[in-house]
Amino acid sequence: MNSMQRVLTTLGHKEPDRVPLFLLANMHGAKELGLSLRDYYASAKNVIDGEMRLLDKYGSDCAYPFFYASLEIEAWGGDTIFSADGPPLCGAPVIRRAEDIDSLRPPAVESSPALQRVLEAIAGLKQRLADQVPIIAVAISPFSLPVMQMGFDRYIELMHEQPDRFLRLMQANEEFTVNWANAQLAAGATAICYFDPVSSTTNIPRGLYLTTGQQVAKRTLARIKGPTATHMASGRCLPILGDIADTGTAAVGVSILEDFAQLKAAAAGRVSLLGNLNGIEMRRWTPAQTELAVKRAIAAGGPGGGFILADNHGEIPFQVADETLLAIRDAVDRWGRYPLDWVRDWVDPDPS
Amino acid sequence: MSDLITQFRESLESLDRIRAEAIFTDALSRQSPIAAVEGLIVPALEQMGAAWHEGSVALSQVYMGGRFCEELVERVLPPSDPDRKHQPRSAIVLLNDYHALGKRIVYSVMRASGYELFDYGRMDVDELVERALADRIRVLLISVLMLPSALKVADVCSQLKARGADIRVAVGGAPFLFDGGLWREVGADAMGRSAGDAVAIVAAWMKEMP
Repeated sequence: MNSMQRVLTTLGHKEPDRVPLFLLANMHGAKELGLSLRDYYASAKNVIDGEMRLLDKYGSDCAYPFFYASLEIEAWGGDTIFSADGPPLCGAPVIRRAEDIDSLRPPAVESSPALQRVLEAIAGLKQRLADQVPIIAVAISPFSLPVMQMGFDRYIELMHEQPDRFLRLMQANEEFTVNWANAQLAAGATAICYFDPVSSTTNIPRGLYLTTGQQVAKRTLARIKGPTATHMASGRCLPILGDIADTGTAAVGVSILEDFAQLKAAAAGRVSLLGNLNGIEMRRWTPAQTELAVKRAIAAGGPGGGFILADNHGEIPFQVADETLLAIRDAVDRWGRYPLDWVRDWVDPDPS
Repeated sequence: MSDLITQFRESLESLDRIRAEAIFTDALSRQSPIAAVEGLIVPALEQMGAAWHEGSVALSQVYMGGRFCEELVERVLPPSDPDRKHQPRSAIVLLNDYHALGKRIVYSVMRASGYELFDYGRMDVDELVERALADRIRVLLISVLMLPSALKVADVCSQLKARGADIRVAVGGAPFLFDGGLWREVGADAMGRSAGDAVAIVAAWMKEMP
């Protein structure tokens, strides 16, 4: 099987030849090219070259032309703060006062140089990979985008205290996210990873999710012209896993903070799971710890398909060593081959 | 009292400000403001923090509850009130990154628990070390969201140590939750899993510090 067949098979809740691996080490592309993160993301060609090198080196089952989250904020008029050793962050809020929402207009995708760079990178990867390897693009959910647009504290207050303005903001954001996601699909992306950490029960209670984030996701995903996976970016989701499935998404990125076997049972063939390696701990894993983490994830999530091995945040930290990424790939090769007969008799040596 | 704490906590979690205020007002009618704060608000916020850590309460509830409690306490224990806890001299800071919600929550919960502390906002390593030394800070609470920022706590701790500062450092934030050994690695003295933990850590250090 090639990567595309492998991924499509598992998303169909069947067992492919081996567990697919999404090694979402997008920042490591800059390392491969010997560039700073700022220089790396300044050019689509860099990202194309970096992604191709990462695919060759680590054998991930997807290309991941995700630049950085605040790139979307650049389209809204904001700026990005780069650092030498971590993901670029967004600068000052573009919504400084709640009243700014009243006149907010979604930016056009074609007028943003930053978004155009991503589209160029996707098109370049599509040219090289054809339909052999899925290209996973990213759109921040309209419901989670305000954390960068106005700050998390003021956004929580807005949700609770100014429901009309909250709805107005969602209207503008939904228009943008739909256009942005569809532009990426048109450029050649196979699927959209819909990052929605605010919907996580780490951040809001289920009752609030059902009247806010879930409604936004239902409206937005219905207008995105391709498959989507919803990612909680390390946040918890076990109590709302079925509710997320109801939004029409195909897969959910879950958190290491929850029991993977319980998540698998709750998914119950309705959605596939993406996870569940601890990207933060990964920085100091030994080869033995790496192998054990991969075995644990495969043992809990692998049987029956509906599972893609990945980190639990959707972005592997820049500090994770190449050797660890290679060890993950080797462990998947060794323990991820279907049928997973070893799982039945396997006893976790350190279940704590 | 535990029933009242539970009721108060439930009212905060459901954002029922009227009920929460009524319970607090009732407590004030029977005891001093500082006793009501310590007997009702502090344990309720500690319980909410612990519940967030185990996954049964959301951050939005902790934030809105903490903010409301801060307002309640401000009314009965203004910053100049002698019952406010000004010692040990404490400060809270967002180190190096730009995600302020965690710091904002801890600051609210600390103040709602009767503590006065400096809010340094967002600082980088050198600026923080100089400011903490100039202010003769004894307890420094550092909040981060991103892993690179968490790793920079090591620079803060080593610089403070090299300057002979008698400062205890408590850290909090996502990287420390996802890697339980990280706070020791960066040289911190304690790690809080929730805003309630920060209050408990500072309270314990208060007893130990001359």
